[in-house]
Parts: sequence; structure tokens; C-alpha cells
Amino acid sequence: MLRPRIIPCLLIHEGGLVKTVGFKDPKYVGDPVNAVKIFNEKESDELAVFDIDATANGVEPDYAVIAHLAAECRMPLCYGGGVSSAAQAKRIIGLGVEKVAISAAAVERPQLIAEIAAEVGRQSVAVVLDVRKKMLGGYELRTRNATRAHRQDPFVFAHEAVVLGAGEIVVNSIDLDGAMRGYDLKLARRMREAIDVPVTFLGGAGSLADIEALVREVGVVGAAAGSLFVFKGAYRAVLINYPAPETKEQMIRAALAA
Amino acid sequence: MITIVDYGLGNIGAFLNMYKRMNVPAKAARSADELTGAERIILPGVGAFDHAMELLDASGMRPLLEEMVVDRGVPVIGICVGMQILADASEEGKAQGLGWIPGIVRHFRSRTALGSLPLPHMGWNDVEPLDTADRLFSGLERDARFYFLHSYYYDCADPADRAAIATYGAPFACAVRKGNVRGVQFHPEKSHHFGAALLKNFAEL
Repeated sequence: MLRPRIIPCLLIHEGGLVKTVGFKDPKYVGDPVNAVKIFNEKESDELAVFDIDATANGVEPDYAVIAHLAAECRMPLCYGGGVSSAAQAKRIIGLGVEKVAISAAAVERPQLIAEIAAEVGRQSVAVVLDVRKKMLGGYELRTRNATRAHRQDPFVFAHEAVVLGAGEIVVNSIDLDGAMRGYDLKLARRMREAIDVPVTFLGGAGSLADIEALVREVGVVGAAAGSLFVFKGAYRAVLINYPAPETKEQMIRAALAA
Repeated sequence: MITIVDYGLGNIGAFLNMYKRMNVPAKAARSADELTGAERIILPGVGAFDHAMELLDASGMRPLLEEMVVDRGVPVIGICVGMQILADASEEGKAQGLGWIPGIVRHFRSRTALGSLPLPHMGWNDVEPLDTADRLFSGLERDARFYFLHSYYYDCADPADRAAIATYGAPFACAVRKGNVRGVQFHPEKSHHFGAALLKNFAEL
């Protein structure tokens, strides 16, 4: 049985690990390499690491940091942040990263998706779509830490990205970032139905029950979360955590049986 | 000594780190000289079939590799695309494979059993060894699961060459074996303690 992937998502800002709310107010929560070591011990399904400074500052990905994280990581790793060429993507894959995530650069120049897929294979290309609910219904696509709005419809763009060579679509809800009150299940269902590659949802998970609800809604899927795996309790005390294997297995079986 | 063929594809560092943690001597080989004397060979790989064959040819290691594996019977294991190039050919490209285990690598969409399941087949799936005496899977008979990331699968010409199956829509060969040649479609180097156990078993075959 193929299982849903439960994925801690780590944000890097000024060299440290942070967690944002609504894509703002980064709170320092620790050291990235230390977090990777903890998730190794907890045997997490995958790990996603996004450098939220690289694109914003117009700088190259920090290859030394990526190499260090990849060497420590004993689970599949997805890296995103500042990737805007196939040569950069190839270099990152060569450092031992399984998947490269692209966002702003792909939305601004979709052909990049095809170029990267040709270089590293489509299974290693993840396109991240930051989406926000529109006031009058529907969703809009935004990039560059949600500062720039785009006219493309997120579902149409996701389909286009898949045709071009995306092996995975990561849908990141701007509204629910750090909110910890559950995934946007309507968004999840619409995106699942729009494309035929694996989809990962990020934004909103506040408990294992929220992940279970997502799996009940859309089946085998990637369930990514930031706050859930770095905070504990109502006061958001920093504590890196991940469900125990038995707990995770029980939850998955219950959700898929429904 | 485990030797990992570094022809420019795959996560060499992840294998070296895994073996280092187990205190099993391992090294990467980037030339025929460095491959000489290998006792166990890992052939990694990611990406496209043709690209893997081109790089292997360009590495200068292929003639020695064929001599060691085919003529001298040195144990080898291909990982992911490193497994797929053990076949005769792939629907993904035009290049000829190594042809060490007869078969064709096919796209999952060419099977009706896939239905509307997403591709690539991505994530953790159960692996069921077909021969309970197979030492590669010692200690992994129950509950074994590994990380997969692929859209093509190995269609063995002789079903007896299948070493393990996984199910995605329908069962497919996720591990193959013929004599000293083995291959696994999944990524043991990224499969936590399950992968560590399999790599340790390979070192002790």
C-alpha cells in the first residue's frame, strides 16, 4: 500500500530555522541541521526545506548549506528557494537532494519547468504554488513571499506545469500559514481533481487529526506542515516533533479505510 | 569494501553516510582505476534512462564493470535508474541497456491497471520479497517499506528474475535478481532503518 507522505516543512531565514504566520513575522525556532537530525531519528517520510530569503534577495541558492543538509538527511529531501535555472537545479540534485522546488521563477517563465525536467527528470521537479483566497471566491496565485499577485488561475497553471514537466505540485495556502486550524479541504479537492501527479498540501495543519481529515478528503497525498512539527501546545513552545510510526500507521489506515 | 560507482548520477553521499554509520568500509569510484578490486558494487542512478547510459559510457568504467560483473561474478546492485539500466531497453529512451537481466523497462501508463493513479509513483510502499530465503531481505520479511520515486517499472522477461514485488494499481517487480546481479527500484539510501538493513545485508551477502 502506498502511503500518504507526512512532511515537515522547514523555512530558512538568515541562516536559521524560522516559522512564519501568513508568510510574515518569522519566529526563530532553531538550527536547520539540528532539526534534520531530529527528523532522521523520528523517521519522517520526507523533508522539505525552503530558503525564504534567496528569491526575495535575488541571490543564488546557498549550495554549501544545501550540501550540508543533504548529507545529514536520511530521508528524501526537497529543496526550494532561489532556483531560476536548469543549471542550478542540476547542481542541487547533484548535492544529493531528491527534489528541487521552484515557484516564482516557474510562474514568471513556465518554460523553466520543461528545462529543469529535461535536465534532472520530471520526478525531481516540484512546483510550489502559493495561493490565497480571493474576496469574491476562488483563489489567486501569488509569488515572492506572497508580495506579488498573478493573473493565472492556480488550477489551470498547475495543469500547465504538469504538462511542461512538474512531477509534483505543492499547494501552499497563504491564508492558513501558521494558522493551525486545518487544511483548506475545498482547495485540496479541486487541486487533486485538476492534475494527475502527486500533490502536497501545506498550510493549516495544527494536529494529526487535520492530516487525517486531508487524507479522508483526497486519499494518498502529501501532507506537509511547519508549525505542527516545530511547536507544542497553545503557547507555541518550540519543540521539534513528529508522530510515532504506530500512531501514523493507525491514522493512515483509519483515514484510507473511510 | 563496498564500491559505489560514481558516474555522475545518484546520491553517492547518502550511501557513503549510511555505510559509515554502520562501520562498513565503502568508497566511491570515479574511474576504472578506482573500481579495480571492488568486492561489492553499487550502481546508483536517478533521472532518465538514456542519460544514465550516456554517463556510464562516458565514465570509462563500463568495460571493467562488465568484466567484473559478467565474467568474474562480483555482486552488484542497481538502485532506481541504476536498476533500470540492467534491462535490455526502456520505453523512456532509445539507448540499449546493460542487458544483464533480460527485460524491458516500461511506463506505468502503459498498464491499464494503473487507472487514474498519479504518476510518478512517489512515497513509501510495502515491499514483498518473493523468496523468503533471499538474504538481501533478511529481517525485512514483514512490514518492510521503502521510498519510491519513479514512473517506469522493470518488466522481466523471465518472471523467475523478480526478487520482490510492490503494488501500485497492480503488482510490479520492485526488485530483480539473476545470479550475482541485483536491482531495486526503491531508494534504500533514503528509507531509514529499512534501507539501512537492506544495505547491510548487501554488504554481508
